[in-house]
Amino acid sequence: MQIDLIQEARRQAEICNACRYCEGYCSVFPALHRDRVFADGDITQLANLCHNCQGCYYACQYTAPHEFDLNLPKALAEVRRDSWESFAWPQPLARRFHRHGGAIALATVLGFAIMFLAIRSMNSTGGTGFYAALSHNAMVAIFLPAFVFPLVSLVFGLNKYWRSVGGGGIRLRHLTAAMAEVAMMKNLAGGHGDGCNFEDEDRFSPARRHTHQAIMYGFLLSFAATGAGTVLHYVFNLPAPYPFWSLPKLLGLSGGVLLVAGCGWMAALKWRSDRAIGDASAWGGDFGFIALLGFVALSGLGLYAFGETPAMGLILALHLGAVLSFFILTPFTKMAHGFYRLAALVRNAQTQEARR
Amino acid sequence: MTNTHDIAIIGGGNAALCAAMTAAEAGAKVLILEAAPKPFRGGNSRHTRNFRCMHKAPLAPLVGVYDEDTYFADLLKVTGGKTNEDLARMVIAQSEACLPWMQAHGVHFQPPLSGTLSLAQTNAFFMGGGKSLVNAYYRRAKSLGVDVLYQAAVTHLELEGDKITRVDFHHDGSDRSITPKAVIVASGGFQADIDWLTRAWGPAAQNFLIRGTPYNKGVVLADLLDQGALSIGEADQCHAVAIDGRAPKFDGGIVTRLDCVPFSIVVNKNAERFYDEGEDVWPKRYAIWGRLVAAQPDQVGYAIIDAKSLDLFMPSVFPPLKADTLEELAAQMGLPQSTLRTTVDRFNAACGDISGFHATELDGVATTGLMPPKTNWARPITEPPFYGYTLRTGVTFTYLGLKVDQNAQCCTADGVIQNLWAAGETMAASILGQGYLAGFGMTIGTVFGRIAGRKAAEYAN
Repeated sequence: MQIDLIQEARRQAEICNACRYCEGYCSVFPALHRDRVFADGDITQLANLCHNCQGCYYACQYTAPHEFDLNLPKALAEVRRDSWESFAWPQPLARRFHRHGGAIALATVLGFAIMFLAIRSMNSTGGTGFYAALSHNAMVAIFLPAFVFPLVSLVFGLNKYWRSVGGGGIRLRHLTAAMAEVAMMKNLAGGHGDGCNFEDEDRFSPARRHTHQAIMYGFLLSFAATGAGTVLHYVFNLPAPYPFWSLPKLLGLSGGVLLVAGCGWMAALKWRSDRAIGDASAWGGDFGFIALLGFVALSGLGLYAFGETPAMGLILALHLGAVLSFFILTPFTKMAHGFYRLAALVRNAQTQEARR
Repeated sequence: MTNTHDIAIIGGGNAALCAAMTAAEAGAKVLILEAAPKPFRGGNSRHTRNFRCMHKAPLAPLVGVYDEDTYFADLLKVTGGKTNEDLARMVIAQSEACLPWMQAHGVHFQPPLSGTLSLAQTNAFFMGGGKSLVNAYYRRAKSLGVDVLYQAAVTHLELEGDKITRVDFHHDGSDRSITPKAVIVASGGFQADIDWLTRAWGPAAQNFLIRGTPYNKGVVLADLLDQGALSIGEADQCHAVAIDGRAPKFDGGIVTRLDCVPFSIVVNKNAERFYDEGEDVWPKRYAIWGRLVAAQPDQVGYAIIDAKSLDLFMPSVFPPLKADTLEELAAQMGLPQSTLRTTVDRFNAACGDISGFHATELDGVATTGLMPPKTNWARPITEPPFYGYTLRTGVTFTYLGLKVDQNAQCCTADGVIQNLWAAGETMAASILGQGYLAGFGMTIGTVFGRIAGRKAAEYAN
């Protein structure tokens, strides 16, 4: 962890702790006000609780040009990104992607190339639908490790996070409390329900919360579609392709549409936002990630639309290539933030309980 | 564009914005002349936190009941009778309708949280504090067609007979004049003009810190008083509290307050105590310590606690000085070491049974045979490490202002000025002659801002 980033966040947190005007906005301030001195782990925890809603920035009497020069959303965003990079495993990959959209693009092109190569070299054994291009077994051979690797990596990273913030044994009630906040994205509601300050200075708007919800639920629906397909394939011996009125198609379609819309809207909002009230160094990486996720969804919808045409092979390679890169990069891109956020909310549920 | 406005409002804080929105809603074309640049807009309102509000029934976020008589009694307690009862009761009675109006104009309230629960019945807290209120009002004012000029410093209002005929101001490197039909003054007190403070207070004022905006220099106030506008309040009266001596000269705001005094001994630069630190719970004593410190040599005090008291009060914005011995602490603070040792030893010897110590109530744990005594929370200072805070006088606002009637209208000895109204700190002494009641400044500003806006719009239309 970069000690200068933590030190700056600590300086600001101590000023906030003497003020306390922002207590109502989000989970960060009640957590901050519980302590008088902030260990490095406390700062890491506060940073991962912060959802960058920016309400506190615009309400703050001490932002520049005031000599106290507070910009808590930025200070915490920088610590947050640094924490993800520091906890990620394996380390050589960890610091490449958050700050470099170009690296994400490169990895995606690499994913495309692998899939083209796979489709060309592994002759399909006469399957139907997509399996005509790449056999089911070949897909599994490629994607099972690509799915397991990020999970293992995230477990490593989250374990380091948990130790750094001094987390204790997790009970079901901690998880349900955290899940309830995630489900509603309570910390993007601004405390009063009117949302955050993001795309238009101090105007409160639910837009950023809604884009996050679209992306999160879109992703979960798409994921559920894959899960449903797996169950149908292995349990009920019903291999793809599936008709429109089937669980994988319905989940996948609605998820894909939500994801495409969410990513497009998110990019538009982010474009209008003030970079200086966040981690400006992650700007490129964030856009790279939004583009990759949006492309995964868009190419998936493309397969649905053009799956019966000669273009299918090409689109399938692009889609599977993007999915491959997306999976592999999960622990090293903005995608990781969802997992760390959840961990921070679980930890917050624990500390709230301990203080009661 | 600036000559097409019906009403010019001088100042850009809560009272000015309430007046602007009210006048714009009544159809007037309004221009706000704010002396500060945009990041510092809002005067002292940006440092405020809550609104004291009468309510006959629970009025979210306020609980219970806070009736007019209780409210007025609370006010009398702090002003020592220096209160215009008619105006005060009018403000109190109208405060109840203000709260929903504020919400309708974009203000978000929150329930009182850490450290402010005792005010749950009387004070409604702005989520994010006064700057968020100011932001919401600017946004609403803009949508109502109000124009705002930042860094527009008004230098003169031309009073001819019983009318203001011209407003002179400096903006964007040039001197400009406009001739609005009506003018509302809402530009606060004069506390940021240290020379004026020094003339009124004496040389001690040079060492005062100003807790709020550096833009409240009282230029328009002085200009109007020079032309015969009637004043109210005394120039040598200001609301002053003891704050962290390391605070910035201006604009330190809320974070510079220090709540350690009841658990400390406070000495002057000669390492001698000068007042009962345990006289009452801190919120009630907070305001008198500004004057106590101002009366000490170099206008500075030093609060000293030991390890057992550190966690009993709100954290300070700057960490305290810390030392393992009193001598070391004295050296860090520039105090005579042997005198401090004697003062502390004498204090410690005067402490008695401390088993009844209770941090949040008057516990009667007092010294015996000590002058001045410490009448509550008197525990010996023995447990290292020792901590020290510097105290200085922090001025919140001045009282001298424009005398107004119930219509917020200003006057000269010859009667009312037909087209001049005042709202906010600049006329607050009409109601509050001395002392201060938490959240009452915002109440005066909101009530009188709305009155001034309505009356000015009626006149202009």
